[in-house]
Amino acid sequence: MIPELGHFALVLALLLALAQAFFGLVGAHRGRQAWMGIAAPAAAGVFVFVALAFGCLTYAFVTHDFSVQYVASTSNSALPLMYRIAAVWGAHEGSVLLWILILAAWALAVAALSGSLPVAFRARVLGVLGLIGVSFMSFILATSSPFARLVPAAADGADLNPLLQDPAMAAHPPMLYMGYVGTSVAFAFAVAALLSGRLDAGWARWTRPWTNAAWVCLTLGITLGSWWAYYVLGWGGWWFWDSVENASFMPWLVTTALIHSLAVTEKRGLYKSWTLLLAIFAFSLSLLGTFLVRSGVLVSVHAFASDPSRGMFILALLLFFIVGSLTLYAVRAPTLKSEAGFAIVSRESFLLANNALLVAAAGLILLGTLWPLFMDAFNLGKISVGPPYFNSVFLVPTLPLVALLGIGMHASWKRAQLAGVRSRLLLLAGAALVLALVLAYAGYRAGSLMTIVGFTAGLFVMGSALLEPVARLRAHQSLSRAVLGMAIAHFGVGLFVVGVTGVQSYRIEKDVGLAPGESVGVAGYDFRFLGTQPAVGPNWQGVEARIAITRAGAPVRELSTQKRVYRVQQNPTTQAGIAVGWNRDLFVALGEDLGAGKWSVRIQYKPLIRFIWLGAILMALGGGLAALDRRYRARRAATEPAAVPAGASERI
Amino acid sequence: MWRYFLPAALFLALGLVLGYTLTRIDRGKLDVREIQSPLLGKTAPAFRLPSLADPSQTVDSHSLAGRAYVFNVWGTWCGGCREEHAALVAIARQSGVPIVGLDWKDDRALALEWLQQLGNPYLTVASDPEGRVAIDWGVYGAPETFLVSASGRVLAKHIGPLSEQVWQQKFVPQLGAAAAGAGAGS
Repeated sequence: MIPELGHFALVLALLLALAQAFFGLVGAHRGRQAWMGIAAPAAAGVFVFVALAFGCLTYAFVTHDFSVQYVASTSNSALPLMYRIAAVWGAHEGSVLLWILILAAWALAVAALSGSLPVAFRARVLGVLGLIGVSFMSFILATSSPFARLVPAAADGADLNPLLQDPAMAAHPPMLYMGYVGTSVAFAFAVAALLSGRLDAGWARWTRPWTNAAWVCLTLGITLGSWWAYYVLGWGGWWFWDSVENASFMPWLVTTALIHSLAVTEKRGLYKSWTLLLAIFAFSLSLLGTFLVRSGVLVSVHAFASDPSRGMFILALLLFFIVGSLTLYAVRAPTLKSEAGFAIVSRESFLLANNALLVAAAGLILLGTLWPLFMDAFNLGKISVGPPYFNSVFLVPTLPLVALLGIGMHASWKRAQLAGVRSRLLLLAGAALVLALVLAYAGYRAGSLMTIVGFTAGLFVMGSALLEPVARLRAHQSLSRAVLGMAIAHFGVGLFVVGVTGVQSYRIEKDVGLAPGESVGVAGYDFRFLGTQPAVGPNWQGVEARIAITRAGAPVRELSTQKRVYRVQQNPTTQAGIAVGWNRDLFVALGEDLGAGKWSVRIQYKPLIRFIWLGAILMALGGGLAALDRRYRARRAATEPAAVPAGASERI
Repeated sequence: MWRYFLPAALFLALGLVLGYTLTRIDRGKLDVREIQSPLLGKTAPAFRLPSLADPSQTVDSHSLAGRAYVFNVWGTWCGGCREEHAALVAIARQSGVPIVGLDWKDDRALALEWLQQLGNPYLTVASDPEGRVAIDWGVYGAPETFLVSASGRVLAKHIGPLSEQVWQQKFVPQLGAAAAGAGAGS
């Protein structure tokens, strides 16, 4: 009964979303106040009924209702409660429902917080969000209902994929979807602006906090995924250029570009059509990611059950939204004119470079991800493009990006007088270089050119990000959240670059066979294999090995690493043992039984790897802080012309 | 103002390619998991790299011309390579086909230690610390193994650890053709 209730709630939500889309868009087009007034309450109704449907599905999981096909295929009676809840989005059907729930939540938030927007504009934004909701709800109801019954009911379920039975994995999809789906808000704002044919500074000011919020979620979601892959897959890497990783990284890059171009559009009224295009691209790439993951056209470690008929449905949705909005863009964009001019050395130019480089990076990744498909479609043979391609081409746009970032932060709008900060920046660059050399040669006793370049760039950006906040604090000036957020996020970028450079330059990975009592030395640490013992969990059993780490005779840590076999699916997973340190991780993972008590053990030394995630978290923190800046709350009327900045005092 | 239509046109083209790919998967004409190398039937990429055993020597693909060989990409950092190593040693001993190794993005000292400990199935090993030759060969991840014919054409490719079974299924049927220098006409 409960699953049918869920299904029914979803149908009602679809009907309400239809109302939200129709009355929002058509009402705004015809200028009917009463129609436009329906959009916001309809969005609230959609959220209530989607939440009800989601609750029904969760209930089926919690109560082990194996008469529901989806529950039977992704849960099990021995699965702990936390993972039964996470299993709701553990496979295709439920994760689409989560996608829809998050979309409904974003739409509700827009409806609740957009009271100060012009009525017609608000109705259009909600109408576009409603249209997206309609399409995804039709998708789930037509091709992948999670409420379908299984007759006769299964005695027990086929269990959740063991790799997903992990706290980070329970949180990764919701966070990532918050980001993916969050780009739909910027998209809706862009389409609403195109439909109304008006785009002013107010538009950018409304769009910015929403874009920031989506970007923060996307950043955190990708970071969680990276962290999970590091310790669960047992590989010890933090990024694999897997096609699904790329699918989330491309929208991130474009949304990052969008955040920056929105700043120019708000402050200077420039790059209007470019900003609109980026808003459309960010959402398009999110949809494309959804398609690539679920249609089965690409090979990936992320095994979603793929089904070409579902793929066709998503492809049709994708083309409707992307080609539709881009055509609208093509018709309307030429009428958007930017009058303001700017000098070659100005914040506008630096942000233009930022945008070009970020979009180039996204383009190179898109090319590498889709290249095998093109080769195949045009009968040029099959090919796979792997990490060597991505690692080498990604540096081409990102190195100049990081270098320009350190300088561009200090450029003012229109015409920058870099002379004032030039001496400080030169001093900073020199200090960064010295510090990089010290770090490389004193810390690690080696360093290639790329290592020094990476450390210098990262340290330079970190220092450069702090210049302005420090100067303001010393002058007892106020520090707005926007300025502080920018500084923190850019400091995070620097930290991230330092971390990546450290890991890529100095990591040591060793696979060795060890018998109990034997030890191996890696990076000055001594890893002694203490032996194995059986280990048992609620729904798995396996082997646990203990490894004692010493350095120059002094004990550092004792780690345990497990090899688990989950009872139902019978595939083994590895739980790595990690000794976390601020400056390095020591990573052990148990491999195969080599017989006679001997085991293969993967031992890794990962210097500075924590800086990668810490840097990403700081980026998210900074983005969040900037989204909460006061001026977004004190909204002004929509008709106000582009605000002209007062020089250096308000530069974000 | 036609340039404003460019993004829409590009995405439409992309959509058509994706749709075409989907229909081919649907009709069973395409299996994305079976990644074949575009090199199959084509000339193997030439390479010239320092030898792992003695960096002052070079391993040159031209000096291998005229005989069939197996090209195996590996690294000491790669778990699958350790897994397949015993099979490689056995294949080298039994089949008599020379195996040329490509030590990919690896540390020379570790690689030498590995060969000393686990046995050396290779005729010669080329050292590719920067992974440039691996890109030419379209290597996705180690281990990967290719069969190159006497006329220098790639006849078979396997992604992942090699085993006796894989060797029998994918490589042995091609060995006769490989030695005869087949694939020259394709």
